[in-house]
Parts: sequence; C-alpha cells; structure tokens
Amino acid sequence: MDTQVLDIARSTLLEPVGLAREHLNRLIDGVLGSQVDFADAYFESARSESWSLEDGIVREGNYNIDQGCGIRAISGEKTGFAYTDDIHLENLLEAAHSARAIASLGQDRQIRVGDGTPNTPLYAPSNPLVSLDAGQKIDLLKRADAAARGADPRVTQVNVNLVAAYDVVLVVNSEGQLSADVRPLVRMSVSVIVEQNGRREQGYAGGGARTTLDYFIDESRAEQYAREAVRQALVNLEAVDAPAGAMPVVLGPGWPGVLLHEAVGHGLEGDFNRKGTSVFAGRLGEQVASKLCTVVDDGTLPGRRGSLSVDDEGTPSEHTVLIENGILKGYMQDKMNAGLMGQASTGNGRRESYAHLPMPRMTNTYMLAGECKPEEIIASLEKGLYAVNFGGGQVDITSGKFVFSLNEAYLIENGKVGAPVKGATLIGNGPEVMTRVSMVGDDLALDSGIGVCGKEGQSVPVGVGQPTLKVDEITVGGTAA
Amino acid sequence: MSEIIQVSDIRDEQARLENVISDLIAEARSQGASAAEAGVNLSAGYSVTARLGEVETIEHDRDGGLGVSVYFGHSKGSASTSDLSPEAIRDTVTAACNIARFTSKDKCAGLADADLMATEMPDLDLYHPWRLDIDEAIGQAIECEAAARDFDSRVINSEGASISTHRGVTLYGNSHGFLGGYAGTRHSVSCSVIAQQGDSMERDYWYSANRVPEKLESMTDIGRKAAERSVNRLQPRKLSTRQAPVIFQADIATSLLRSFIGAIRGAAIYRESSFLLDAMGKPVFPDWAHIHENPRLPREAGSAAFDNEGVATRAQDFIRDGVLQRWVLDSYAARKLGLQTTGNAGGVRNLRIDASTGHELAGLLEMMDSGLLITELMGQGVNPVTGDYSRGAAGYWVEHGEIQYPVCEITVAGNLRDMFMNLGAVGCDIDRRGGTQTGSWLVDGMMIAGE
Repeated sequence: MDTQVLDIARSTLLEPVGLAREHLNRLIDGVLGSQVDFADAYFESARSESWSLEDGIVREGNYNIDQGCGIRAISGEKTGFAYTDDIHLENLLEAAHSARAIASLGQDRQIRVGDGTPNTPLYAPSNPLVSLDAGQKIDLLKRADAAARGADPRVTQVNVNLVAAYDVVLVVNSEGQLSADVRPLVRMSVSVIVEQNGRREQGYAGGGARTTLDYFIDESRAEQYAREAVRQALVNLEAVDAPAGAMPVVLGPGWPGVLLHEAVGHGLEGDFNRKGTSVFAGRLGEQVASKLCTVVDDGTLPGRRGSLSVDDEGTPSEHTVLIENGILKGYMQDKMNAGLMGQASTGNGRRESYAHLPMPRMTNTYMLAGECKPEEIIASLEKGLYAVNFGGGQVDITSGKFVFSLNEAYLIENGKVGAPVKGATLIGNGPEVMTRVSMVGDDLALDSGIGVCGKEGQSVPVGVGQPTLKVDEITVGGTAA
Repeated sequence: MSEIIQVSDIRDEQARLENVISDLIAEARSQGASAAEAGVNLSAGYSVTARLGEVETIEHDRDGGLGVSVYFGHSKGSASTSDLSPEAIRDTVTAACNIARFTSKDKCAGLADADLMATEMPDLDLYHPWRLDIDEAIGQAIECEAAARDFDSRVINSEGASISTHRGVTLYGNSHGFLGGYAGTRHSVSCSVIAQQGDSMERDYWYSANRVPEKLESMTDIGRKAAERSVNRLQPRKLSTRQAPVIFQADIATSLLRSFIGAIRGAAIYRESSFLLDAMGKPVFPDWAHIHENPRLPREAGSAAFDNEGVATRAQDFIRDGVLQRWVLDSYAARKLGLQTTGNAGGVRNLRIDASTGHELAGLLEMMDSGLLITELMGQGVNPVTGDYSRGAAGYWVEHGEIQYPVCEITVAGNLRDMFMNLGAVGCDIDRRGGTQTGSWLVDGMMIAGE
C-alpha cells in the first residue's frame, strides 16, 4: 500500500498552515456539534498551467493557483455548504458554523479522525507542471504547429493548446475517514482551418490523460493530433449537405460513446433517480436497452482522464455495471444519494472544486464489445449514415431526449461508405434509441482523453467509449430533404 | 435557524483591492516588467434551494480571483490566483514573469493605448443589495415552488425553487496609471418542476434575474410560469421532416444574437474562423435591422464604464440598416487587423436588436401563420467557420396563427448567414433578464427534421 499520496496531501494542504489531527477533530466535531447526520471537509490545492500557440507564435501562457476548503453538513435530504479560499483554522471553523446551520436532526457523538487509509493509486503522484521545462513545452507546441502546416498546403491557421494540472485533495468526514488523492491531468489540442477555392473548414483533435506532459512526446502524439485535425478539416472541405429525417446510423468506435453518456449516463445518476426526475427512475431490473447492450461506468482504468483513485468523498472508484444485456442494473451514486436510497456509494461523488458541492457524476462510461465485425455492420446498411466523430451532446433527463452533434460523418449507400456530410445534430430518446441498437462491433475503443462533462454549472473530466454499433433509427438534423 | 453570513458592505473591500492592484503592478515593475495589468473580482452571497416544501440546500459563496499579465517588451505572461494574500500576489507575479521569458515576441501584445483609457467614471447605479436573510429566502423559495406545485394537478414532482443573491466588486488597473472599479449586485429566482400525464413526463423552468431585487418577478409568477411551461409540453408529438418558417422565442433568440457577435469577434476574424470574414460593410441582416450595444445604461446586467483593458466603453452599432459596421475588438485583435480597439475586451455589453414590429409573440404567430414556435434548443450544433446550424429543438406547431400542439425530438437546421438574411421580424416581447436582449425572431425557410 502506498502512503506517498497521503504524505503529499498532508504536506501540501495541512502542514503549511499548521493544521494537525486535533484541529481536524475540532473541525469535524465543530460541525457535528449541532447534530448533523454527516459532514465532511474537502481540502484542495490546484495548480495549472496552460500555453497556447496561434499564427506560429507562442502567444499566451498562464499559471493558475487555486486552493481552499469546502465544508458540508448533511441532515436527511438537507445540505449546508460553505467554503473558504484561505485555509486557516479560524476560517474553517467559521465555514463549518455556516454549513451546519442546516441541521436540526441527528445524534451527538464524538468523532476521531483516523490516520487515513492508503489506496492503490491509478496514476503516479507526479506534478505534470514540472515534468517538462518551459522550453520543452514550447517545443511541443511548435512541433504540433509544424506537423499541421506540413500535412497539407491548404492549412491556413493552426491553434495549439497545452494544459497541465496538478490537483492535491484531502477529505475528512464525520465517519472518521481521512482520504487523499494526488491527481495529475494533461491535455493537448490542435485546431486548424483549411481553405480551398474560398471555402473554409475547421478540424480539431486532441488527447489527454492523468499523467505527465511526456505523454505528448511519446508516440509523437502531438504530431498525431495535428495530422488528425488536418485530416478532419480536409474531409469537411468535400462535405455535402447532411440528410434530414429519421434513418439508420452506424456509430464508429471511441468518442462516439458520447451517445451513451447522454442517452443513458446522466439518466442513471443517483440524484435524479432518488428524486424521481429521471426517465429511468424506478426501472431497476427492467429492459431499457437491446440485449446487445452492456454499459459500465469505470473509474478504475489506470491513467484515464475520467479515472479517480478515490472520488471527491474519499470512496475508491469502481467498475459499476449500469446496464447488462439490456437490463438496468444500477445507478451511479455518491454518499448522500446512496444513503437516502439504501444503497452504497459507487465512488461517483465528484465536484469541480472545493467551492462546489459533490454530486453523482460519471467517470469513464462505455459499452462492452459485441461480436460483429465493423465491416459487416456497415455492409448491413442499405442507406443511412456512418458517424465517426462527434462534438458535444446534451440531455433532458426527464423526457429522455438527447442530442449530439456530428463532426465527421459519411453517407452509406448499398452497404458502402460514400460522400462525407456536413455537421448535423442527432436527436433521440435515450431508452428508445438504446432499444434500437441492433448490431454491436468487436472493436471497443475509448476516447483520446478530451471529454469535459457539465452538470449544474460544474465541469469535470470524463471519458467515454464504445465499439462500432448500429442504431436502426434516429433523427438526423441535416438540411437536405 | 440561521443568520446571514457576515458580508460587511463589500464596497468596503474596494479600497483594499485598489491597493492590491497597485502593489501588484509595482511588484511586476520591480521584477523587470516593462508593463503590467491586473484585474480582481470579489463576490459574496448565498443561494438556497427549497424542494417539495422544505429547504434542500444552503450554499454560502465567497469567491475571489486575481489575474495579472506582465509584458517584457512584446512578450507576455499571465498568472491568476484565488489567494489574495501578499505572499500569493508576489508568487503570482513571479509565475507570470517566468512565463513571459518563454512566450514569443509578438508586436501586437501589450496594454491598450494610454490615450484610450476611460477618464470619467459615471455612476451606473449597479449596486442594490437584497436585504433578505436566509430564513426569509427559504420562505420565499418555498412560496415560489408552492405556486408551481399548486398550479396544476399534473405537476407531480419538482427540482425545487432557488434564490441566489450576490454582491461583488470588479477592479482593473495597469501601468499606464489607470485604476478603476465598481460594485454590483446580482439576484435571481428560479423554479423547475416536472409535469406528468400518461407516459409523458416533462420538465421546464422559469427564472427572473436582476441587479435590483424589487425588479424581480414575484415568487408566485415565477412558480406559475415554470409550471405552465412544463404542463404545456405534455404529450408532445413528433413532426414529419419538412421545410417551414420558425419563431425563436425571445429567451432563446438571444443565442442567435450571441452567435452573430461570436462571428464578428476580432479573434474569429484574424484567425479566419468566421463565416462573416468577408462581410464588413455588406448587408448581413435585412435593411431594417439595427444591432447595437449600450454599455453605460444604468442598472443593466452588462453595464460597465470601462472594458477589461481600461478602455472607455461607448454606445456603438454593429449592424445599421442591415449592414455590418464594425468588428468586436480588444487591443490585441485590433493590432492584428491594423485597427483600433472598440472597447470590447471582455465582450459586448448590453447587446440589443431593435424590434421591427409592435407585435408581441401572438402577433408574430399570426404573421407566421403556419410553422414552428421554438421554445427550447439543445446541443451546440453551430459551426462558427461555415455558419452551418443544426440544433435539437422543442416547441409548438402553429397553424392559422394559433398554437396547435407541443412538438419534440426534432432538429432545426440551416446556415446562419441565410437565417440572418431571412429574418422576417423581431417582436417587441423583449426578454429583459440578461446582458443580451431581444424579442422573438421569425425566420423563414428552416429545415425541420423529425420522423
């Protein structure tokens, strides 16, 4: 077991401000003094650095320091919350006093905060900000720029962004648990404009992981992203108007898994189901997708962007089966919603920062592989669409309606991939679309690590994935009748 | 049950933060920077949510943020922090200076020109605290939600009603000697409920927001509107795929106006990433269209006397007689394009399109006769480079100027360039809640995809 993470968290968050165990006891006792069911304090130190290149020059660099502590008190379905960005005992006690004003129930008890349980980390506790020196970071930007410009003479504009973040968190709660995590996160993206005969199109590619910046040097990823962005932009130069109307669609592997994130993922978050506001509420054990569909949320994949050694409530992340052979098996839970529903947390309690309340959120959500070859799935379509890349999506969890936008797609005619089509939005109803999944490929892939999920104003990094799959009918929002 | 977290008049913080900025610029100069600028925001407040008749959450907020940019000749570095202690400020300046050693020499980088700095600071009357303690706020949120739940028996569940009230100060200073700041308030009330009939479950919401608490809609009205919107959506139909005129209801038509501004932003132009790249001086909208900003309106959401570079803001037209008048520029984009900044660092302020008719929504429906009234848009689906537009939608099918039935699971698609040119009318049913305000838009000839 690894105590290095706990040591880093203590030395980053507690020792510089002279906080010792008795202070944490006092803080948690102070919150519990007015009788709450549960309380926790979330200490966080976040450092990030970003660099951007445009027009061939490294135009911007920004360094950000953010730290603080959020204190939460729960009584039944009620939550009180306050935070401070100045971690000192007095401020913490004042925040605790504000947070506990919610309480009117619960039992008096005395809490002793433990030493902390070490967890096996899913990523090395290294600081990606110092993993390369500034010169090397700039070299990385320039290599991506050169690769994009070298890929095709029609490239007129290249933007490259590089972000490294280092997040150290420590959470103590009224159950006496103390947990910590040290989370590196890096991301690189390239966007390009190409021009041909007065027509301009864009392309975008990128990736990221919970690791250091060497990741983008390894396997020449920086250059790969650049070439991929150019390839997409050039495809768009040839794109014809997308069709309009309901039709069969084959979705490619990897990032198109954003389908699952929207169609079923959000609807299976515990808070919506506890409150009965999700279209999936009360449907455990029911058929909600075709038998070919097994969907999981898995925060335990080493190094993935959506992975967490422990979630923001200190619960180790899990491999949670959401849908198995089409049957709804489980929800994603944080402590509060799990407790109110008589279930256990699945390690999905996440928050954007110490200044935000945790809630059930996805980690890496994907569909397991099936048995079909991708070629036979495409060949099975007489007329329809082959969608290989997407932008973002959105869902209304109450009606189940969801959308996601095509970035790269092709017409299929007589089982053959034809002309590329322009971007368009796809819209469907989550449970209906999942029931119409009629073929699932054997080529499961996860995305390249660029996903950000927004919920109630909070953004967190997530991953998605799926094999090639066929949906018998979904509405495509093109302009061609 | 609880008292207000003690937020002494946040304007008292303004003098302290002015010193923070002065110290910061002095520190940057002492570390060798030839120029420096800094902005600070501080806000405090709380939000409460009531659900099913009881308080659900109480959140106390106190956010501070400081950002600094330093210039060594034409090389720029930036850093930001949430920690406003003297030690953190010094570290932040050092971090910015370290970055500036590695960014490229860029002749366009630098402060906005000294002679453009705002010199007079009119009082825009933006500070109107809400004397409401948390218990009162909870009571009002409960009242708002109750109005929604009592509105119709088909309202069967709730996501709650929330009240949020915040006060803040914003300051900016630079090494030209400019130092400005102002205090403002922002209050909002929102309610979201769920209606059910048969298998159909629909959620909708309503909110009111203003700098002045007395100008918020009443709790009852907000709750009832949220309920009415949810109930009206029940048992929606799909449409067959067709071409038809559409009306974008005022609250979502603001997104079209923002897409227009996005397309004339300086960065989109010098990066050749806009479908309006070649549109300067040409018609973009019908000849009656007038789109403008008025940053110095008292009490308005977007008001400010200076922009994020200290440049004096001014009322100006972006579209006059349908023709594109100017880009939206900060000093960097302006230099890239060989132009002068338009005082839009940080965006446009109080953006408006004038109504083209005296008709409210009902009148627009009559003008449209048959078509789609869109009340909700979903997803991103807007390509800023080509103007291609395709978004998920929900709303109502209209015939003979009358709403017939709710529709859902459809998309609307077109190209923004055509949609702007085909703008048939802008109603006078103006949504006045935000910094961007418009009435409903009637747009001819959109493709609707459905069954």
